[in-house]
Amino acid sequence: MSAWNFSLLLVATVTLVACSDRDGDGIQDPYEPMNRKVHAFNRGLDAHVVKPLGTGLSGGEGGEGGGIGSHAVAGLGNFGANLAQPGRVVNHLLQGRPGPAARSTLRFLVNTTVGMAGFLDPAASDFALPEEDTDFGQTLARWGVGEGPYLELPLIGPSTGRDAVGRVVDLAIDPMRGWLNRDQYLIGMGARLASKAGERGRFGDSVDSILHESADSYAQTRLIWLQHRRHELGEEGEHIDPYAE
Amino acid sequence: MTLMPNDTRRGFLGLVGAGLAIAARPAWALDTGEARALIEKSLAEVYAVINSGQPPAQMYRAFEAIFARYADVEIIARSALGPAARQAGGAEFAAYRQAFQGYIGRKYGKRFREFIDSKIEVTGAKPVKSFFAVTSVAYLKGRSPMEVEWHVSDKSGKSRYFNIIIEGVNMLASERAEIGAMLARRKGDLAALTADLQQAG
Repeated sequence: MSAWNFSLLLVATVTLVACSDRDGDGIQDPYEPMNRKVHAFNRGLDAHVVKPLGTGLSGGEGGEGGGIGSHAVAGLGNFGANLAQPGRVVNHLLQGRPGPAARSTLRFLVNTTVGMAGFLDPAASDFALPEEDTDFGQTLARWGVGEGPYLELPLIGPSTGRDAVGRVVDLAIDPMRGWLNRDQYLIGMGARLASKAGERGRFGDSVDSILHESADSYAQTRLIWLQHRRHELGEEGEHIDPYAE
Repeated sequence: MTLMPNDTRRGFLGLVGAGLAIAARPAWALDTGEARALIEKSLAEVYAVINSGQPPAQMYRAFEAIFARYADVEIIARSALGPAARQAGGAEFAAYRQAFQGYIGRKYGKRFREFIDSKIEVTGAKPVKSFFAVTSVAYLKGRSPMEVEWHVSDKSGKSRYFNIIIEGVNMLASERAEIGAMLARRKGDLAALTADLQQAG
């Protein structure tokens, strides 16, 4: 992506987000009717494709027994996550956080070499370098860009205006794209997707409870995802005091 | 000697005075130590049930009893119901509250398998607004440690927790959305919602 395209995208983000700055703890959902349609699609996809696949990959309900086995999924997940590391380093730097950037670089180097191309995670187990997740959505938040409207994206799931732009930018600024050829890059993306499906099996009970057992799964997903994301970004609202109501 | 020595009498009166002072102050006045102890005690009871190996249905009833003992079910049920709670009659609300308590015991109790071989460590307590926040970290098998925060208040007359926040996800807010959706599905009919809650979770 050229610098010109990049700045155009940034301008688009700021415009998108500025017109819908969130107030207090509220949820901005001007696209609710469209979001609900996407949600119905995602939910069907989960029930018919992701859930059966994820359960098979992680080896069933308890994560043990049949399936390919949780070890293989963990390895695949490590491999995919390791490839995401350089992109994280870029974001840590853009956020002005040299500490996490340095640790993530070291983590990438250790796991790529000692960790057999990232299938193992000796950085966390032996070098006290755990994963420090971040993304361009967080970078935008750090730069003071507002959250924007809530969005549910096909296949990807819950997001916001800010995070959706962040996802696109993350693809554009990922250094791995320059280091790997197209096939290698696609294999890496595939590994990340497979590890996501494996996670679906591992966190199955939580996902089932929200997606398939609640009275309004759209509203539950929206609320829980936004709360969790705001917590990650340090943007939580006020505590609820039911006694004061 | 028939008269009490002066200092003893003063000591005795002092004690009475101190007793009155304690009585004048609410007996349940909560501090960080007490808030913390409440959560530690309720967690110990939850783990005792998880490790008991009894059939799930029996566990859910045991979880419900623990929830009723340590949580302010009245305020949680009221807050989850929202504005409709103000219009509800006494008996109607009591029936809903009872059904809500059972629903919580089943809904959250169902997740007990995730807590086998896990531990939750209470890490601290601090005053927030008019209540206390007790912080803890949950170590669940195969997951990164999770922050779990408990909000404890004595506004009901007893020290009870009224909210649990797991990695930013707020149980009270989540139940408000869920109960709100269930009530809307019944077009605002609280008795119908109560009947649904008896089956839900």
